[in-house]
Amino acid sequence: MRAQAIDLPIIFEHVGILAGGVAILDGISLTISPGSPTLVIGPNGAGKTTLLRAAMGLINVTSGRINWNGQVMDTPKRYAIVFQHPTMLRRGAAGNVRYALAAANVPRASRSDRIAELLALVGLDHLARRPARRLSAGEQQRLALARALARDPVALFLDEPTASLDPAASKAIEDIIRSLTVRGVKVVMSTHDIGQARRLAGDIVLLHRGRLVEAGHAADFFAKPRSEEAKKFIAGELLL
Amino acid sequence: MAEDASAFHLLLTADPTLLAIVRLSLIVSLSAVLFAAMIGVPAGAALALIPFSGRECLIVLLNAMMGLPPVVVGLGVFLALSRSGPFGSLGLLFTPQAMIIAQTILVAPIIAALSRQTIEDLWAEYRDELTAMKIGPARRVATLVWDARFSLVTALLAGFGRAVAEVGAIIIVGGNIESYTRTMTTAIALETSQGNLPLAIGLGMVLICIAILINALAWGVRRVSERYAG
Repeated sequence: MRAQAIDLPIIFEHVGILAGGVAILDGISLTISPGSPTLVIGPNGAGKTTLLRAAMGLINVTSGRINWNGQVMDTPKRYAIVFQHPTMLRRGAAGNVRYALAAANVPRASRSDRIAELLALVGLDHLARRPARRLSAGEQQRLALARALARDPVALFLDEPTASLDPAASKAIEDIIRSLTVRGVKVVMSTHDIGQARRLAGDIVLLHRGRLVEAGHAADFFAKPRSEEAKKFIAGELLL
Repeated sequence: MAEDASAFHLLLTADPTLLAIVRLSLIVSLSAVLFAAMIGVPAGAALALIPFSGRECLIVLLNAMMGLPPVVVGLGVFLALSRSGPFGSLGLLFTPQAMIIAQTILVAPIIAALSRQTIEDLWAEYRDELTAMKIGPARRVATLVWDARFSLVTALLAGFGRAVAEVGAIIIVGGNIESYTRTMTTAIALETSQGNLPLAIGLGMVLICIAILINALAWGVRRVSERYAG
């Protein structure tokens, strides 16, 4: 059983991020704790991707600070992210996972077994030798997941992983997310699909125009939204 | 027409003079490409990945150097290797080594510039993933060079094409000495001026065949990369 709390929680303390003079995130204070998936929701341009990248340590904050379970200088090694449009390395599906395993310093002797295990987990074991760039969008997303899992992450950030996928491919990704949660991986995922948020979320973070509107348990959020923005978003109205 | 027939005869009978010239040409040009690759690929990678002030000026300069006039390079190498030059004591002037040096100087900017562009484009694509995987600088360079290997081979082939077809630099620093520094291009220039057209035409045919072979290789590399790397 993984020691899931080692690198968690992630605490945002009044975090602001500016890009070209525009506030992408504005005064975000938030705690991401171990446990069930945290779904970051909001319309396009709300700051969801920036929040995930900041939590992963890929973007420097302009103001405030992010605290990774006591660390403020560097992100823990066992964090992984899957981007909305993941880049496939120019090698086969198995080669992509092998590269990630090598990057995570997994011993050479155990890499082949881990590759088979991870590809089976995401349902790509039959495509191990196919060039990764020739896989479909849904297969590439699953391969990116397998690659991220090669780090044996404590926290996994997923940036709209089903945004451009059909329902069958989306279901495959959601099933994998559920199995990861059972295995103790903390999933932090952005989406603007309210239905997906209902299906997966343990916690909800609602962003709008770079500000934190609401954060809390999903059941409470959907049953008793406190803000007008949350009510509109849940009702499927346009949040402008 | 008689010259054409004689040229074919030289080719079909594997004329020793013609073969020796072709052999020397290939040795000189392949050696130059090898040395240029050893300089150009790391230089291109460094220029692609290391930010420093003046980088953009250097890129413009490097791109401009792809069109270096061979005779100017030949003149520069001649002055450097001549008896009164800084490297005159090495005694390299009018040797195949001098020709390799001149062609290396001509080809290295081509390989460096094409490598820089290739690796920079790939880095733009890979940056997020490699950063998220916490890949260090050395491994990052190795990954980019490896994943760009098929494009880099095409850059080497472009460099070889430039080297093997070049005449201005090597005729100045090699001297076109029979059985010693005479290559296909310098021999064609000389034999044509002397009216010995069969040998010139025969060598011209070999040169064109090499050009076609280079393009076929580049095409093949592209197909292999599509099949195995996607």
